[in-house]
Amino acid sequence: MELFINTHYDFVSKNNYFIIASAIIILIGFAAYFALGGLNFGIDFKGGTLVQVKFNKAVSAEELRQSLSPKNLGSYTIQQYGPSERNEKLIRLPVAIEAEVDKMPSVIVEEALKEIYGDDYSIERVESVGPAIGEELKHSALGSMLVALALMLIYIAFRFDLSFGAGAVIALVHDVLITLSAFVLTQREINLPVIAALLTIVGYSVNDTIVVYDRIRENIRLMSREKFSDIVNVSVNQTLSRTILTSGTTLLVVIALFFFGGEVINDFAFALLVGISVGTYSSIFIAAPVVLAWRGRTPAKKTA
Amino acid sequence: MKLDLKIRALISLLLVGAAFYMLFPPLDPDKDGPKKGKLNLGLDLQGGMHMVMDVRTDEAVVAELVRMKSSWENQLRRDKVKNVKVEVAEEDRAIIFTFDNPDDRKNLEGQFRDESSFHVTTAAEADAFQLIATMQAARTQQIKETALDQALMTIRNRIDELGVSEPVVQQQQSLTEGALPRILVQLPGVRDVRRAKDIIGRTALLEFRIVIDGPMPEQELLDSHGGRVPSNAKLFEDSEHRKAGEPLKYMLQKDAEVTGADLQSVRVDKDDMGKWAVAFELNRAGSKKFAELTQANIEKRLAIVLDGKVQSAPVIRDRISRNGQISGNFTFEEAKDLSIVLRSGALPASVVPVEERTVGPSLGNDSIARGIKSMLIGALLVVAFMVVWYKTAGFLADLGVVCTLILLLGSLASLHATLTMPGIAGIVLTIGMAVDANVLIYERVREELRQGKSARTAVANGYGRAFITIFDSNITTLIAAIALLQFGIGPIRGFAITLSIGIVSSMIAQIFIVHVLMDAILARKTVNKVSI
Repeated sequence: MELFINTHYDFVSKNNYFIIASAIIILIGFAAYFALGGLNFGIDFKGGTLVQVKFNKAVSAEELRQSLSPKNLGSYTIQQYGPSERNEKLIRLPVAIEAEVDKMPSVIVEEALKEIYGDDYSIERVESVGPAIGEELKHSALGSMLVALALMLIYIAFRFDLSFGAGAVIALVHDVLITLSAFVLTQREINLPVIAALLTIVGYSVNDTIVVYDRIRENIRLMSREKFSDIVNVSVNQTLSRTILTSGTTLLVVIALFFFGGEVINDFAFALLVGISVGTYSSIFIAAPVVLAWRGRTPAKKTA
Repeated sequence: MKLDLKIRALISLLLVGAAFYMLFPPLDPDKDGPKKGKLNLGLDLQGGMHMVMDVRTDEAVVAELVRMKSSWENQLRRDKVKNVKVEVAEEDRAIIFTFDNPDDRKNLEGQFRDESSFHVTTAAEADAFQLIATMQAARTQQIKETALDQALMTIRNRIDELGVSEPVVQQQQSLTEGALPRILVQLPGVRDVRRAKDIIGRTALLEFRIVIDGPMPEQELLDSHGGRVPSNAKLFEDSEHRKAGEPLKYMLQKDAEVTGADLQSVRVDKDDMGKWAVAFELNRAGSKKFAELTQANIEKRLAIVLDGKVQSAPVIRDRISRNGQISGNFTFEEAKDLSIVLRSGALPASVVPVEERTVGPSLGNDSIARGIKSMLIGALLVVAFMVVWYKTAGFLADLGVVCTLILLLGSLASLHATLTMPGIAGIVLTIGMAVDANVLIYERVREELRQGKSARTAVANGYGRAFITIFDSNITTLIAAIALLQFGIGPIRGFAITLSIGIVSSMIAQIFIVHVLMDAILARKTVNKVSI
């Protein structure tokens, strides 16, 4: 079976449409960011405590709230976790720890549960992060993202030239912004695995971009008389089937993760799903046009 | 078959064989038996507790200042210096002496000359009645380091007594400059998390103090002593008795000469009433001090103070030297845990949990099951797709995916890397990306074939041309994975490691091993077409 053989789509002349489309999506993301109150950071970044409890019998959120209310836990929310027949609840407290062990919110919650439900429950998961740690994580997440981008810029500038490096980095920032926009719009939670997903998207999207760039680099040698814009267009067309195919196989497994991987990594899989799709799009419609805009529509003289 | 193809085939076999050997058996057949599986599972998969604690090393510095203060007070008393006020300024790490007589100040300044760990503000720059002795920064640092080392050792000892297999107790770098040092504790498979937290986090400072008065509500206690706490006394809470919600208080002697540091051995025992208690034996120095203390205070009460709370306050009937008992309505578990923490010594400073991640064993098993399921489904989809799309060549690429997985898991096992849930996601992602190199190569080969090249030339050119593309594109992905590794926190680190090794494994499998298979097919003289 084959796909997109000898295609001659004129991507280059329609560049502006794609750039405008992307810009609109990102603007919607920004608007939603302010309208919906920003990103929904999980406790990894915000600090706080989460206790996932599994009950041996059906306990409604309302029942649980009523039995916990005399325990002076401060403000907390209770939420059904997973399908209702699993009887699992998430109890979230905004309080972080930073106290002695017997004053930790997780310990207080557990003692309250033990008193009320005896042995009819089990604690499946506790996550408790102090605000100081949350701040540090935010910084190091942002830091590692910037380090990754800077290193890529240097590597690509070294292997190709600066215009390619800039194009790749702009495409990556584009991918991350659109993925974050999807998180703002769906109000899904940004937790540690999601940050890992964002960095993976950065790594994956640049992979696609490099393949296109590599073909441009090769074609500059083979078609040195042609206009640079034509070289870009031919190269994008020649790599089109490969770009779509490999993104396709990766998306297949990400879809498997999204549907079968379980709640713990669902946000992570969602980020990959959006990011890899957008990354494929940007490799074709954003990364190459940026190189073109940077260089102007002059004939390609020297190889990169 | 040409010789060089044979060598390449042999290398491929050796690589995959070695990885397979490293890997097998990957997981434990039964959970409770001795560990046989070659893959280390993270806490999120096997269940367990992860806790990061700040060590309040500043408390150790303050404790040392307080100790120095009382030793100087004793010195001044021996020197018959009257009317002197001694205070600790915690913020400035200083002891401040205020005299009525400037000559006393001068004398003390002379004595401080031998004290290298303190810096004294000289008379010229200070008040003639006041002497400020500031602890040297080097000494402060030393105290903090000792406190951290001691805290690490104490927590290790306590965890050893808990009997957790393969625990991790290590110092963790705080990312903020000037922050408190941190200790990371990971207890795989621990069931009773509440108890583990309690044993790790308890300071376990044991002190013996003579009772002056109490127990009674704080106000009554103050009223009967002229409204203030006498200078030789200190108030302590009763651990059990309360009145109207307020804990009752004891007024105890300020100095505690015998402490947990003087213990020789500790064991669980029963008291006279048949209740669980903790029996202890003091070491030689401790026995001597204890004998003096009890001798001098017969018929008074002796308070046993644990972490600032009075456990019990029995009347001293006779001189006691070596043996004693701590009772206080303990259950067997409580008595056992108390004996564990006392035996492993007190923490030199309190520890404050700043991060906790606990996963129950059933959630861990559930995660493994789901991880394997999504891995299988993902792999099946990709494998089927490749065969449909590229026929025989697709099948070879699928063998490459299998080799990638064996290489990846074998490397993880031999590096003793930890497999986490995000790590499994990394493997699933690797499966998706593993065929990438082959798609690049095969699309090239198809292009060459369309230009009318022979099968052998097309394959050779395809591999040759695609190599540089694959190399550049994978290096950039690897850069992102390594940046992630630097970010390296727990589960994320697991993901970054699998992703990095996955990229390298897939390059080896797809560029090298699949190429060998392809060449092996083409090497047969009868074959001059390639099914791609």
